[in-house]
Amino acid sequence: MAGGGTPADLDAAVTAAAPQGVRAVHPAMAVLEYFLVGYKRVWRGTVFSSFALPVLFFLGMGVAVGAYVDRGGNLDMPYLQFIAPGLLAFTGLQIAMMESGFPVLGNFKWHKIYFGMASAPLRVGDMLLGQLGYISLRVLVAATGFLLVMVPFGAIGSAWAVLTPLVAVLVGLAVATPMFAYSATVQSPNLMAIMFRFGMLPMMLFSGVFFPVEQLPGALQPVAHALPLWHGVELSRAAALDVNAAWPVAVHAGYLALWCVVGFALARIRFIKRLAV
Amino acid sequence: MTDGAPLISARGLIKRFGDFTAVDGIDVDVHAGEAFGFLGPNGAGKSSTMRMIGCVSPPSGGELRVLGMDPQRQGPDIRARLGVCPQEDNLDQELTARENLVTYARYFGIGRKVARQRADELLEFVQLSERAGSKVEPLSGGMKRRLTIARALVNEPDIVMLDEPTTGLDPQARHLVWERLFRLKQRGTTLVLTTHYMDEAEQLCDRLVIMDGGAVAAEGSPRELIERYSTREVVELRFGTDALEPYASKLDGIGARVEVLPDRILLYADDGDTAVPAVYERNLTPSGVLVRRASLEDVFLHLTGRTLVEA
Repeated sequence: MAGGGTPADLDAAVTAAAPQGVRAVHPAMAVLEYFLVGYKRVWRGTVFSSFALPVLFFLGMGVAVGAYVDRGGNLDMPYLQFIAPGLLAFTGLQIAMMESGFPVLGNFKWHKIYFGMASAPLRVGDMLLGQLGYISLRVLVAATGFLLVMVPFGAIGSAWAVLTPLVAVLVGLAVATPMFAYSATVQSPNLMAIMFRFGMLPMMLFSGVFFPVEQLPGALQPVAHALPLWHGVELSRAAALDVNAAWPVAVHAGYLALWCVVGFALARIRFIKRLAV
Repeated sequence: MTDGAPLISARGLIKRFGDFTAVDGIDVDVHAGEAFGFLGPNGAGKSSTMRMIGCVSPPSGGELRVLGMDPQRQGPDIRARLGVCPQEDNLDQELTARENLVTYARYFGIGRKVARQRADELLEFVQLSERAGSKVEPLSGGMKRRLTIARALVNEPDIVMLDEPTTGLDPQARHLVWERLFRLKQRGTTLVLTTHYMDEAEQLCDRLVIMDGGAVAAEGSPRELIERYSTREVVELRFGTDALEPYASKLDGIGARVEVLPDRILLYADDGDTAVPAVYERNLTPSGVLVRRASLEDVFLHLTGRTLVEA
């Protein structure tokens, strides 16, 4: 091998400055490609569920529960319209969190995929960007499916609704990045389950998806405001229905971007630490 | 072959994990075109050394240059020119053999067409062409190891690093791996491997260091090491289930040296065929006698007082 080179050629190669061949693909893009090759095997199932899930949600929560809620007349819109954009944002969060939980832990602990990547000329940043890119695509596909289902249910009130899948991606990344850091730190699958039970589930319940956060006791409202999902729900609802978000759009988006940046930095630190054995 | 700058050069290289020193100040030079081995028992510091050379584990002290570069600052540039076959296979079990090679080639920035072409050539080289389209998961251990070796060659590396390449494989699978590695050697590929099998080291390595407890105990070609630390031949004597120490003292003077193992006595002599009659002349009647050539196992035993297996 070694390009069929003789030992003399190799010596010359050593003394010359490291020859940096032209890369045909960016390292992060190569990582994204790797995840997409794996996704080829399961994409049908995920596309199916991204249509089936919202249909179930809308029939159960929107139509059935909605009939009750709308009788009370406490919302200034049909209940189904109220929850649909929030559920869309939550769907993005859920996929992102799932994909950055066990799969990340497994790539360290069981399949050792990251160790194989680390032996190639990839930087940790490339590995993170590539996999986060994959997760973004997954969220984008699912949220777009969700949005398409919203149309026949009459849950869309504005052309701005086309932006909701992007909101879902932003929320997804805001939770995926710190989740990467968490998954790169823990050793036990049990700790992963705890994060879903006590992180994701409460977030779904108290982030204004099913009822306005103003309904929460006063002390709990700042907690809801601190959670990334609430900001995503506000943005998603504002886009889908052309209503005002609770805070300026830039503040909601900026807050989510902050989670992404801090989460990415933490993930990078934890990855470097776990890989350097 | 040993002219010119070494591809790998370590001076006083140290790796610590907390209070534990895994690699304790080793000096190593690996030159282009040679097959270089780290021979030693588990825990000798071989894999830690390999990971430092592979630029995935930062050294705790000492100097290390790989391909003339600094692993701390130029890790990706160095790794671009290394091929790494780790001790534990880290292939993607869900992808096919070919997909594993192509996706890995892309990490090196290799174009899609070239990556596919190279994957097919390498599958041919490691005799896995018929399994190119099958998932990795059901492949045998030997096949997975050969696939990992193929993956390590996908960037046409200047140095191929193999950490325990045949550990855990059955004898037939081992021979197939050895044969492939020998082919690489013939092509002039620089190989760096770790092993705790002395037969592997003898077959594949032009030069090796024997490691024990994080330090280099000896360095040289297998032949040099045997000449330096052992006699040419060894007589293995068994005495049923008797205690062996009393016999050992009666063997004094027959050979150069006597080693007592739990199940047998090793009598080191340059000529086994003259040593064996001398044993019987002393009225000793061993239940088993075997004359063999000295091996690296004997070198290790002499240097550390332990066998590679028990160490």
